[in-house]
Amino acid sequence: MATATEPTRRDFLYIATGAAGAIGAAFAAWPFIDQMNPSSAVLAMASVEIDISAIQEGQQVVFKWRGHPLFVRRRTPKEIAEARAVSPSDLVDGLARNANLPDSAPATDANRGIKPEWLVLVGVCTHLGCTPTVSTPQSPQGSYGGWLCHCHGSEYDTAGRIRKGPAPQNLAVPPYSFASATKIKVG
Amino acid sequence: MKLALPIYALALGLSLGTAAAAADNGAALPPKDVSWPSNGPFGTYDRGTLQRGFQVYKEVCSACHNMNLVAFHDLAAPGGPGFTEAQAKAIAAGYKMPAEPNDKGDIFDEKGNRLTRPGILADHFPPAFPNEEAARMANGGALPPDLSLIIKARQGGPNYVYSLLTGFGQKPPHGFAVQEGKYYNPYFAGRNISMPPPLMRGSVSFADGTPSTVANEATAVVTYLAWASEPNLEERHRVGFEVMAFLILLAGLLFLSYRQIWKDEH
Amino acid sequence: MAGQSTYVPATGLSRWLDQRLPILRLMHDTMTTFPTPRNLNVWYTFGGILTFCLGVQIVSGIVLAMHYVPNAGLAFSSVEGGIMREVNYGWLIRYIHSNGASMFFLAVYIHMFRGLYYGSYKAPREIIWILGVLLYLLMMATAFFGYVLPWGQMSFWGATVITSLFSAFDQLIPHLGTTITTWLWGDFAVGDATLNRFFSLHYLLPFAIAAVVGLHIWALHVPGNNNPLGIDVKGPQDTVPFHPYYTAKDAFYLSLFVILFAGFVFFAPNFFGNPDNYTQANPLVTPTEIVPEWYLLPFYAMLRAIPQKLIGVLVLFGALLTLLFIPWLDTSKVRSCRFRPLMKQCFWVLALDCVLLGYVGSQTTDAALNLGSMQLPLVWLARLGTAYYFAFFWVIMPVVGWIEKPKALPESIAKPVLATTGERT
Repeated sequence: MATATEPTRRDFLYIATGAAGAIGAAFAAWPFIDQMNPSSAVLAMASVEIDISAIQEGQQVVFKWRGHPLFVRRRTPKEIAEARAVSPSDLVDGLARNANLPDSAPATDANRGIKPEWLVLVGVCTHLGCTPTVSTPQSPQGSYGGWLCHCHGSEYDTAGRIRKGPAPQNLAVPPYSFASATKIKVG
Repeated sequence: MKLALPIYALALGLSLGTAAAAADNGAALPPKDVSWPSNGPFGTYDRGTLQRGFQVYKEVCSACHNMNLVAFHDLAAPGGPGFTEAQAKAIAAGYKMPAEPNDKGDIFDEKGNRLTRPGILADHFPPAFPNEEAARMANGGALPPDLSLIIKARQGGPNYVYSLLTGFGQKPPHGFAVQEGKYYNPYFAGRNISMPPPLMRGSVSFADGTPSTVANEATAVVTYLAWASEPNLEERHRVGFEVMAFLILLAGLLFLSYRQIWKDEH
Repeated sequence: MAGQSTYVPATGLSRWLDQRLPILRLMHDTMTTFPTPRNLNVWYTFGGILTFCLGVQIVSGIVLAMHYVPNAGLAFSSVEGGIMREVNYGWLIRYIHSNGASMFFLAVYIHMFRGLYYGSYKAPREIIWILGVLLYLLMMATAFFGYVLPWGQMSFWGATVITSLFSAFDQLIPHLGTTITTWLWGDFAVGDATLNRFFSLHYLLPFAIAAVVGLHIWALHVPGNNNPLGIDVKGPQDTVPFHPYYTAKDAFYLSLFVILFAGFVFFAPNFFGNPDNYTQANPLVTPTEIVPEWYLLPFYAMLRAIPQKLIGVLVLFGALLTLLFIPWLDTSKVRSCRFRPLMKQCFWVLALDCVLLGYVGSQTTDAALNLGSMQLPLVWLARLGTAYYFAFFWVIMPVVGWIEKPKALPESIAKPVLATTGERT
């Protein structure tokens, strides 16, 4: 006969049963939660290969990646030089925001891509998500030669870094690599 | 419902009047009874058989039969033929898919041919014909069914499809009329099938050296089709085993608790 | 029994809540202290099992609806391409939902037959029974709408056959039947318009079921549970609090039910299904045999047993509506078949009859039984079975109640429990 204060074998049984039930419920709940995660069809489109051979110097082509616009810009030597000439203290956001590099990498022009001629950016303004408009010599947008977001006036430079306006961060560089000289694999 | 028929019949000890001499009225023979490694609660698919079956589908069946619901990335998924992602990518790239409109908005080239691009992992197997009418036109009015679910869509499942594929070449019984343009197959309802015998000895040459007899080809492609119909079979069995073990343990604990609580009552 | 609440809030918070929304009091009174007869057997656990089934169907259904596309061109591939192949654990949730429907009906049939056997429909529990029949009808409607959604051959043609039943009313009032079917379809045949509205109704009805379940349990809690002896509770010595006695018992038997459920889901997920539903719906090709799911087969057999279309439809509806009258058709003063030797036998014949009708419903219309030299068309078995079904409720129930000599009833529930011997079943 156990005393009232000690846990009895009977209590152990009830606790074990309750615990087994709770664990079972948790395992049973998982599929119902996981089904909302991206499906295999979505994941199959998570990575795309893009042919960049037709892009002219000074031209930007917009592709689609993971539901977002993807800016692929072939920079002119002038644009590259302008980006390199910016001093770090002039930058609003000092981090590279490059998924291929560690988070702490600084926002130098070299850290914004793999090859200087090619800029691959996620075309989503870091303020509230609009698509910025690219600046060309024929049709300049903003004062930094890069992009202007017409929604709230954020201005990006020729390395896609935020220079003026409400956006807090540089345009993101997605994970990408050169599958060949004319093809990049994004994602 | 036919699957549950034995339960009903057993409950009543009845015997159904089946069509006696099947040859008399052209009713189909019951499928051959074959044992499949995927049968039973511990069933699995053999990777090698699946890869050979994929080869048979690709080289023989896909000329007429679609597999719309299967994507190239499924070929590299666990529980399937077990190709690597690179292999599956190469398989996909070997197919030509209709290209999206180019910058000029064209989807045809100057000669009027549809512009194409190589397949990617996300693509599904392309259809054999552009539409149902074209499929019927090419097959004497008959529509070759999509094979994505064929094993689950036919009574008898893998046994039926295997019997069908290996059932050609028999001599029809005396007096049985084979319709114009059709072939005799005793396993098909009505015994007149529009599909010509698809598998011959040596139709496919297997890379692993398995002899390409009709039986081996049929076994391989039926296994592949079974996987296409039920790609999650292995995971289902594995999770099922774990779930049953847990439930039996839980039932045991609940039983002991229930008895303990009621012990005071009597 | 609906008695005085004995709930005493234990904490400050629960006291505060109790003064504003006495939900904890309600849970205490209905699920903890509720006095329940101490002699309830396994057949009384199916009410709880049914509540579990409803919960499983609602949760799995809502999740499936996140991925299903209710459009005639996309429905089939959204299920067989999307849910079964691409959605994480989609195959599991789909098989839970499709097999869950069969398990739901298995449980409801056991629950209904329990009610018939122990006389749970008799005064003062008539409303509980009627609400139960309403629940059964709502379940059948829900299952019918749901089966159409995957848009397979059987989905489409089953919908066509069942909705076409209403066209029989053309024989009563010209054009009435076709007006009804056109209205149901939203088109001149089953199509996309039909699919979309069936999806809406399939999502809606389970919540109607949940509401009626609330009424069903509320009505039950007025007189309290019946019991296998069919005699009234005489005092507290005849009852035990629902918790922990029946929460424990229900939990155990529920776990056995779930083992059976899991057996189907993981190892025979297509056992209850029809291969034709793995072929996409084709309005131009009718399957060789149109068969509903097993739980609708007995009524399907009754419908096909009658050669005349309108009479067949009326017999089908009559078979279901008959259930509503049961509390008044049975004239016996004794509730439980344990003490009704003649009714007990008729009950088992009814059970067998339902299985027989179900079997006939699964066969082709020209199927026949081999009896040595003779062939007996199954449709005659269906007619015999239908006749017995109606005779059981409209003839046997009133007459047997009157002519039967029941066995002596025990004094009380507690008495036979304290004595070690006694008649069982």
